[in-house]
Amino acid sequence: MVDNLLLLFNAPILSAQLLVDGILIGAIFALAAYGMALVWGVMDIINIAQGEFVMLGGYVTFFLAAAGVHPLYTVPVAAAALYLLGWALYRTVVFRVVDKDMFISILATFGISIFLQQLANQLFQADVRTAESGLGSFFLADGLIVVSQIKVVSFICALILGATLFLFLKRSRLGQAIRATAQNARAARIMGVNTDRVFSTTFALNAAICGAAGSLVVMTWLVHPYLGLAYTLRAFMIVTVAGLGNMASVLLASLGLGAVENFAGFLLGTEYQAAFVFSLLVAILVWRNALLSRQRKYLK
Amino acid sequence: MVKMLKNPRWAVLGAVALVLAAVGPASPKVEGDTIIFGAAVSLTGKYSTNGKNTQDGYELGVKRINEMGGVRVGGKYYRIKVLYYDDESTPARGAQLAERLINQDGVKFMLGPYSSGVTKAIAPVTEKYKIPHVEGNGAARELFTQGYKYLFAVLSTSDYYLRDAVNLAAEVAKQQGRDPKSLKIAMAFENDPFSLDVRDGVVEDAKRWGMQIVIDDKLPTEINDMAATLTKVKALKPDILVVSGHARGATLAVRQVSDMKIEVPMLAVTHCDAARVAETLSKAAEYTLCAAQWDRSLNYKDKWFGTAEEYAKRFEKEFNYAPPYQAAESTAALLVYIDAFERAGSFDIEKVREAIAKTDVMTFYGPVKFDATGKNTAKPMVLYQIQNGDYKVVAPTKVAEGKLIHPIPPWSKR
Repeated sequence: MVDNLLLLFNAPILSAQLLVDGILIGAIFALAAYGMALVWGVMDIINIAQGEFVMLGGYVTFFLAAAGVHPLYTVPVAAAALYLLGWALYRTVVFRVVDKDMFISILATFGISIFLQQLANQLFQADVRTAESGLGSFFLADGLIVVSQIKVVSFICALILGATLFLFLKRSRLGQAIRATAQNARAARIMGVNTDRVFSTTFALNAAICGAAGSLVVMTWLVHPYLGLAYTLRAFMIVTVAGLGNMASVLLASLGLGAVENFAGFLLGTEYQAAFVFSLLVAILVWRNALLSRQRKYLK
Repeated sequence: MVKMLKNPRWAVLGAVALVLAAVGPASPKVEGDTIIFGAAVSLTGKYSTNGKNTQDGYELGVKRINEMGGVRVGGKYYRIKVLYYDDESTPARGAQLAERLINQDGVKFMLGPYSSGVTKAIAPVTEKYKIPHVEGNGAARELFTQGYKYLFAVLSTSDYYLRDAVNLAAEVAKQQGRDPKSLKIAMAFENDPFSLDVRDGVVEDAKRWGMQIVIDDKLPTEINDMAATLTKVKALKPDILVVSGHARGATLAVRQVSDMKIEVPMLAVTHCDAARVAETLSKAAEYTLCAAQWDRSLNYKDKWFGTAEEYAKRFEKEFNYAPPYQAAESTAALLVYIDAFERAGSFDIEKVREAIAKTDVMTFYGPVKFDATGKNTAKPMVLYQIQNGDYKVVAPTKVAEGKLIHPIPPWSKR
């Protein structure tokens, strides 16, 4: 660890490389986290199948790319396909657990997650798949910093989708209905909002965003049926840290997580990368709890 | 019960159970003129692809042996058959199924499952019941340090996977007039039993040559990105980068070394044939060294299948895909039994075990000869280099068809 730290001091340019890479990796996490925040906030459901949506989005791109379509064009297709899947899952399973105890919805989505994993394994086999975007790399600072272009594309997608989502929620009629439902589903129903439709759209929208993320994942890294957990966990962590209300803070938390994770991997060795990040989560939760309990004292 | 009787399968099972009860558990599982083997293979779950390769390997062996008239034991010819169960890629299930094969189905000769993990769970069971267990897909070194008497493996143990890459680098350095001691090695291994075995082999050989290990990263099992490790590689400029993390590790390493334009004179990985890196990553994969147990271009030959290439053609005809080494070593495991039966001239379990232990046979898969711990020490690993999109065998030099390109040209010239 000490030599790794020394290495960073001797070659500060490495920090820049790590930071850039980390932030770009974080952008992908942001996509999965947007959706999770949305579903959690509006429907009060923690969707454990988040990562499986990402995985399936990846397969959509992989198969279309194998059929000769340029993988970059398949991002919207993956989103659309997953939108349909999300909608179907809502209509068959999720609507039954919307108003129930959170534990029940966690169980239900956990079930969906296992089902999708095994289904993917059965249909697509356990092989590791990738799709070639055909994009190269940017060279900065005399080639000392190399940034792969597909990661930049992912980053831009994350920004655009985040902004679109924000505007959609703020401006559009349906967005307003979603926000109203999030605030108080019962009151929204009384005011004439069709909350069932709001829920189905929210869940489908979440799946679509994850699908787009998966499409980018398969172009940047790879996809296999058991890919999901990493994304579910990180999305969960990001949303816990950033809170449900604010897309901007979700984005910031995601980029921060990506960067911290990359630095931790470099300094402590990759074996402690995830451990460090999740220890951080525990620390943040404890700290928050301490803050909250202080507030409670005033309420007494 | 009436329903059960109507179903012919139940009737057969019932009859088998009655016969077994009459004969008693100590007699071998030979029904009429058919010898029955048992195997738990991963048909679902994360090893399902390789599990199928394993099953296909066994099935091709069964088909070929039966086609040739069967096995001659004590003057009589017997046909062979394998009874399979799906272990769902979980070791615990594998152990249960082994119990079931032995206790309920009365199987006396076990073939191995896929993966070291499942083999590790089944080996104690076969040991407990003193049932021979010949396997071709459990490469962990640990399997052969437990003093098992009934476990035999036809493949090279996992610590041998990348030793040859280190030795090759040392040889090349010597040819170029460099002291192998001056070489720097960067290692990135997944934190799982298999890859850590591979690491042990690399560390041992690197120490033997006096090389300097500059990076020793352990990749988490859910690796999604290698940027942190590769940034270190970029800074420390090692002479060799070795990576092992199954198909995921291979794909990530090759893809990200290319994306980040990491300059390294030698890149050696495991599982790049399983990950099909040459096919899916095309140019990015050029010059990568890949370790494998077997290749169809090798000049091994046996009386059952002929040459390795003939085996491969037969396999392709049967299953419509080229045989990966996982299939070849499974077939080889079955051949070890066939050879042992013929030499033992009996189905007596102890005699068969003795015969297996004394195996010294050439197969299309390579020579098989077990040491005292039950692992095959006669067969070397194979090292490919991807050249113009093809896997060319470059080591061991005796059987190599291609010549190593070293060092890997810089990215600006590729």
